[in-house]
Amino acid sequence: MINANLARPGTWVPISLLAGLALVPFVATAAGQPFWIAFFTRIVIYAIAASALNLALGYGGLVSFGHALFLGLGGYAVALPSFYEVGNGWLHLALCVGAGAAVALVTGAISLRTAGIAFIMITLAFAQMGYFVFVSLKNFGGDDGLPIAHTSRFGPLDLGSPLALYGVSFALLVLVTWWLARLRLAPFGMALRGAQQNARRINAIGLPVLRYQLAAYVVSGMLCAVAGMLLANLNAFASPSTLTWAVSGELIVMVVLGGIGTVFGPLLGALAFLGLEEVLKGFSEHWMVVFGPLIVLMALVGKRGIAGLLDVMPGLTGQEGWIGQARNDKILSGSQPK
Amino acid sequence: MSATLLLAQLLNGLQYGVLLFLLAAGLTLVFGIMSFVNLAHGSLYMMGAYAAAVAYAATGSFAFAMVAAAGAALVLGLALEFVVVSRLYRRDHLDHVLATFGLVLFFNELVRIVWGPQPYFLQVPDALSGTVDVFGFSYPSYRFAIIAAGLLVAVGAYLLIHKTRIGMLIRAGAQNPLMVAALGVNIRLLNAMLFAVGAMLAGLAGAIAAPILSVQSGMGEPVLITTLVVIVIGGIGSVSGALYAALIVGLVDTLGRAFLPMLLRQVAERSVADAAGPALASMSVYLLMAVVLAFRPQGLFPAQPR
Repeated sequence: MINANLARPGTWVPISLLAGLALVPFVATAAGQPFWIAFFTRIVIYAIAASALNLALGYGGLVSFGHALFLGLGGYAVALPSFYEVGNGWLHLALCVGAGAAVALVTGAISLRTAGIAFIMITLAFAQMGYFVFVSLKNFGGDDGLPIAHTSRFGPLDLGSPLALYGVSFALLVLVTWWLARLRLAPFGMALRGAQQNARRINAIGLPVLRYQLAAYVVSGMLCAVAGMLLANLNAFASPSTLTWAVSGELIVMVVLGGIGTVFGPLLGALAFLGLEEVLKGFSEHWMVVFGPLIVLMALVGKRGIAGLLDVMPGLTGQEGWIGQARNDKILSGSQPK
Repeated sequence: MSATLLLAQLLNGLQYGVLLFLLAAGLTLVFGIMSFVNLAHGSLYMMGAYAAAVAYAATGSFAFAMVAAAGAALVLGLALEFVVVSRLYRRDHLDHVLATFGLVLFFNELVRIVWGPQPYFLQVPDALSGTVDVFGFSYPSYRFAIIAAGLLVAVGAYLLIHKTRIGMLIRAGAQNPLMVAALGVNIRLLNAMLFAVGAMLAGLAGAIAAPILSVQSGMGEPVLITTLVVIVIGGIGSVSGALYAALIVGLVDTLGRAFLPMLLRQVAERSVADAAGPALASMSVYLLMAVVLAFRPQGLFPAQPR
């Protein structure tokens, strides 16, 4: 079973990509291209953030258009202590996880009173509120953002060093991906995904849907805040622009591009999104004029994403019965029309 | 705080609210009736503003610029509906968000390519460049014209929706599109028209706002998000709700910006008040929305009271 699973392109392609990511620091150092490390660190961090969003969006069906809020919170959880010359990583982490959880709990509890369009709008509104809060904090840079002089230090480990940051980010990505893969099939994940298809039925079984969704939203917010913390360490800078709605939109695009609700989707999406961005930027500064329609096209074609594409490719062993597999996945991941 | 200042800010709030209503009227129908999340509405507003700027530069006639903006947005709306939007009605909201997000990126960049990153400015027409005396203080007549135009559209929308056959079909389509289609009405054409009219109003709003704001890439987003707030507060799909909510949001935002820092200065230290005042002011409409949604998730003036 495990061997059969590994032979599927939907599994071995992302895993070999992960293995490739593990080699990035060595290759970059050997080639004398430190820029590669920074670039791939960004990809890995966005993959973590997208994984966090995938928990709410893909597993829970909660279309949050405000996850940039948590990314920004994580960034300021590093920048504000650094402003007061505190570089203790544990404190940064505690602040980041605590703030992320508290904000997600409050905003989630209010937002989950609504559904559909209103949920999208209210999460967007909360992110905008966060944006304006940080813009108006003139003491802490306001619009211009806040440079980070004291990056997170965990004892001898300083996230200000590119290699250490890459190592930590990569390890976290692997951990998060593995954990979310387990969660997807665990009772919690099953209940969450069931609620996406038919909340009333899950309620009738006796599982409190709202509490499952809120828990998913809070965990998702915390994880996203941790990604924000890593991102701030990478840029040595925290700025309100991380909280703009475009960032929330980009995260959604990554999740959907990779394959919503799938295990490796966020990784594939972040790789494809940032990779494509880099390639298009090479051709023209107006790369968005190509990228925008690509997103539209993606929405028009459907949302099985790259992971869905890999699933319908024939497996390594040839006779994989991919049609049955694809149909099976469709049943698992497809949401019902409302 | 003098009475004239208060009056001026009230009028500013009213004018902003009316502008928001022009955007919200079309968008709330698209949201409510077609259940379509249209983030590209702000782009239509932006394209309207650019169309007005270009037409004004070419002809020098302000009236023509307005007509050109409305027409351009109408055509653009029809094209968008045909190419993208009509294919997405039956999908879920996530696809709507994605597709229109992509459109926003596209239009912002397109504008930057064609007209460059620097902002454009549109002159207020000579006939409206003066001021009007109200109870002894003067207020720009152009802003009065905005208020009048907005109220005119509100009355027009009311008449269209409640007194005409098309309006009846729109209301019926909102309640049960399948039944309306079964009665032999071309519901897709109706949807397309509705979307295009909403686009036209957005373009008109952009053109009207152009002389008091700068015309530039990305100008649609802040106003779009405020419009979304208006729609959610007013109740999705309700045009009258959009009108009330637009005026409420316009007034809250304008008065908040004008007076909150001043009020805070009375109770807090100056430096604290100067920092917290603008923050609270710009957050005020979002706070309002969060409170409304927390207590009345269906909005203040829902389309179909149950």
